[in-house]
Amino acid sequence: MMVMRWQLAYPETVIPFLGYLFGEAGIMLPEQYNSLGAMHGTIMIFLGVVPLAVGAFGNYVVPLQIGAPDMAFPKLNAASYWSYFVGGVIMVASFFMPEGAARSGWTSYPPLSIFESGQTMWLIGMVFLITSSLLGSMNFITTIIQLRAPGLTWMRLPIFVWAQFVSSFLLVLAFPPLEAAAILQLMDRIASTSFFMPSGLVYAGAPVDVSGYGSPLLWQHLFWFLAHPEVYVLILPAMGIVGEILANNTRKPIWGYKSIVFALVILGFLSFIVWAHHMFLTGMGQVMSSFFQTTTMIISIPSVIILTAYFMSLWGGSIRFNTPMLFALAFLPMFGIGGLTGLPLGLAAADIYLHDTYYVIGHFHYVVAPGTLFALFAGIYYWFPKITGRKMNEALGKLHFWPSLIFMNGVFMPMFIQGLAGVSRRLYDGGEMYAHASDVLQWNEFMSISAFCLGAAQIPFIINFFMSIFVGEKADRNPWKSTTVEWAAPSPPIGHGNFDTKIIVHREAYEYGVPDAKNDFTPQTEET
Amino acid sequence: MLGLLQHFGLPVNASIQGEHIDNANVLMHWLMLILFIGWGAFFIISLVRFRASKNKTSDYTGVKSHISSLLEAAVAIIEIIALFGFSYPVWAYRVNEVPDTRDAENIRVVAQQFAWNIHYPGKDGLFGTTRSDLVDEQENPIGLDRGSPNASDDFFTINQLHIPAHKKIRIDLTTKDVIHNFKLPELRVSQDAIPGMVIPVHFEATMTSEEFLETVKGTPREGKGLEISCAQLCGLGHYRMKGFLTIHDQDGYRVWLDEEAEYLLESGDDEDDWGDDEDW
Repeated sequence: MMVMRWQLAYPETVIPFLGYLFGEAGIMLPEQYNSLGAMHGTIMIFLGVVPLAVGAFGNYVVPLQIGAPDMAFPKLNAASYWSYFVGGVIMVASFFMPEGAARSGWTSYPPLSIFESGQTMWLIGMVFLITSSLLGSMNFITTIIQLRAPGLTWMRLPIFVWAQFVSSFLLVLAFPPLEAAAILQLMDRIASTSFFMPSGLVYAGAPVDVSGYGSPLLWQHLFWFLAHPEVYVLILPAMGIVGEILANNTRKPIWGYKSIVFALVILGFLSFIVWAHHMFLTGMGQVMSSFFQTTTMIISIPSVIILTAYFMSLWGGSIRFNTPMLFALAFLPMFGIGGLTGLPLGLAAADIYLHDTYYVIGHFHYVVAPGTLFALFAGIYYWFPKITGRKMNEALGKLHFWPSLIFMNGVFMPMFIQGLAGVSRRLYDGGEMYAHASDVLQWNEFMSISAFCLGAAQIPFIINFFMSIFVGEKADRNPWKSTTVEWAAPSPPIGHGNFDTKIIVHREAYEYGVPDAKNDFTPQTEET
Repeated sequence: MLGLLQHFGLPVNASIQGEHIDNANVLMHWLMLILFIGWGAFFIISLVRFRASKNKTSDYTGVKSHISSLLEAAVAIIEIIALFGFSYPVWAYRVNEVPDTRDAENIRVVAQQFAWNIHYPGKDGLFGTTRSDLVDEQENPIGLDRGSPNASDDFFTINQLHIPAHKKIRIDLTTKDVIHNFKLPELRVSQDAIPGMVIPVHFEATMTSEEFLETVKGTPREGKGLEISCAQLCGLGHYRMKGFLTIHDQDGYRVWLDEEAEYLLESGDDEDDWGDDEDW
């Protein structure tokens, strides 16, 4: 990431410290930039956010929140983990192979991905990663349906569990088409089939020797049929985490619980019928474009509902500003920017101009970086005492939060400006070639310096994380005075079975500030 | 709002349909701005007013009004307006109003790694046949069959697109190898070039290159003309896959066409023709 930003700010200059990785001159080559670009997307999504948000938080927190002793199928879970491990090793190892890592973007559009080197390893790695998610998500669905504690009815589930439930359905239904597509593309590469290869191509001066009659657009449909729901897999668990922390630190029930739940479910359904808004410029006719931009506009409504409900939840609260809450609060406007800038991109007319510019990069990074990542940080600070029995340090947490917030915006906000100027994404020199970029080129250095500072801002987090495991302030079962079931387990929970008491749920998830109650919070497990 | 967007980098619009695209963008950015300011104001007021140090106990019910339903309805209505009033018509114009090749200046664009081949039909207004087996990257990058009907007066340039202003232009876009995107930022034109498909793109420029250069005087862009940008990752040379766009007035365009026809006669072969080959 940071070496990419170096290249964009100071094109073709020697990279400090890490230059030796890029050959003797220490300068990044265009193909290396493309590799880093493709692998940045792949690693962040498939090896970063999904394993963290779904794999780690999901597997750890969901059974605790539903009062279950563990996930339903431990062996399936192990299979999911090891499949992920193999996929991850293949992906990372591809950097060190003679062909290098994939360099056709994380979207891997053929024919480029058929011609370019490094793609075979990417496809094989993807097959493992997809399999891992598939296995994991089936486990989630079963666990949430079957293993809820007595009394934990659907409308008493914490929002995080709902979010994981919906994401699991997205994974189960969306990943098989991509798995099939990845295998088809693999065949195109190694067995000379032409699922995605049309006839009559001339590549590098010579006619391409394939049977032809395939369709490059077929891949895009299969890919985005996965990759759009995937976006919601990245964001729903984050929304869930934020919901937990907001309720806990406003000391009042989340506002509009039911509308949030319905909005989550509707988001899940709709996310399957918006995929072609990534493909408006592929030569789409009136009917297709009208359909997909309409569904895209419709899907903005449940997102607005959820975000508005979260804002409304603050009203009338008694708001505590601890580190998890700061990250959860920052999520709201940051995700707001990410969501709102999706509007012009989803409207086909406006997208004609903004498509594949830095505006898009700004948009989804706001969703995933200060959006999802902040929620994940919030989740780490929030559940750390449950996992380790010790709290993380508040002062270091704030030292992590404020610089992260500032530099995050420093990195991504100027992308909207460059996008408005029409600067394309995935340019090795950051647009230096183009006249229309000349007004906004100066931002590249600003963004890069912000990115380096953002990297440095993570140091307090790393120190805090490892230090707190050993010397953090000891935490009891329920350090945040929270209502949900996971806080009824010892910290850390018992190795097998999680809980030391029998869990029976008596009420809704967020009974904070109940009038005339003995505390300002009434745990779900407390008897009336 | 358009002024604001232009302040933040949006280039001057130089085509007829570009105005409608800009309008859609302006509407959407108004919606974004209003929602963001609304949310942001509510957010800050809530945080200040309901901080724990000031507000010791929380209110179990919270907001009682239904203002949020109104907000959601308002968003839905604005989106319906955006779709029916702005976006559908723009798209209908884009894909249903493609001018007939006889009513417009018809040009073929064949993208390849990492250049734009621009194929003009010549005086007869009709294109000769192209075949992939005739492609010779040095002599004949588009594989034009000179023996085919209508081909004798065809000529092509590399990375040099010349068009007249105030006239409908129809570009038939395709590619030899991978997917590219033919983007003219100032004309708000952008279209993927997909292998195996020929996709028509049409537009009408409202200013000439010279007039455009007048508008950028005093900015860092001063003196830099219009360009074709590749907006879809197409390989290691993607970043330098730049073409040049020159918009002439009607007379200037005719003069340029005549010059090109003369070059073709002089060189007598398929050599591209914008000056490099004068020495031999």
